[in-house]
Amino acid sequence: MKSLAELQALRDQMKSKVGIREDENDNIRVVVGMATCGIAAGARPVLAAFTEEVAKRNLKNVTVAQTGCIGICQYEPVVEVFEPGKEKVTYVKMTADKVARIVSDHLVNGSPVTEYTIGAVNK
Amino acid sequence: MQEISLNILDVAQNSVSAGAGLIEIGVEEDHSADRLTVVIRDNGCGMTPEQVKKVTDPFYTTRTTRKVGLGVPLFKMAAEMTGGSFSIASQPGVGTTVTAVFVPSHVDCMPMGDITSTVCSLIQCNPDRDFCYTYSCDGRGFAADTRQFRQVLEGVPLNAPEVITFISEFITENTSEVQAPHT
Repeated sequence: MKSLAELQALRDQMKSKVGIREDENDNIRVVVGMATCGIAAGARPVLAAFTEEVAKRNLKNVTVAQTGCIGICQYEPVVEVFEPGKEKVTYVKMTADKVARIVSDHLVNGSPVTEYTIGAVNK
Repeated sequence: MQEISLNILDVAQNSVSAGAGLIEIGVEEDHSADRLTVVIRDNGCGMTPEQVKKVTDPFYTTRTTRKVGLGVPLFKMAAEMTGGSFSIASQPGVGTTVTAVFVPSHVDCMPMGDITSTVCSLIQCNPDRDFCYTYSCDGRGFAADTRQFRQVLEGVPLNAPEVITFISEFITENTSEVQAPHT
């Protein structure tokens, strides 16, 4: 049974890990829309999938965050990727199973998955 | 919105927008009385009596991107659809408390769904706020309080993936224990 004692052990384990903290401002920001429209459309599992994938791959230069209504509710769940020096990429109609490919192709290898973006939908 | 836990995620975000430092989410199940009560209490900026009256109107919102605000009206409808009730108490400068009572046996009562995921998403995305989630079932209960976790963590961030995983398992295990206690 999980208890505070276990949390103490986890704390000690994490404190002993020597890690160079990357400057958060240079990080790639993955922002998931979590307003009523997003939540109703299924944003919670998308957020969970990004967090899990980023943690699994130990990507220290990626920050996963949330935002409110972006204004394109019919395309929710929406995920925006901000990379310093690059144009914003907007992924629409996101699902948890599209996340792995975005993390691998876009976040790790630097090539956005165009077919999931808003540009592809508008054609 | 298909789950009560999604409504909770949504309305708790309002508390975050209101600048609350502490957001308390209470879920109480009483099987003999056939009631499920959800209370979301915050110490944010609060609302005036006029705003409280307007907030349940889907065409009232404080956001600027759209002219509708569906979170509160949907939550209210979900509760009242089951024969339950919905109320908001608020005071400017003090905070807001939203109370929704559901009748679980009613055919239109939606499932609670993944409340653990809701609480973890809230904690993860708002590491600068405190959340206290309490769950009780027929008198037995437990609390997951970020203030307590922070004290134990001594500076290790609350939204570190390992910590969120811990909190998720903490809630899941304690919930099962409360629902079906070992004799």
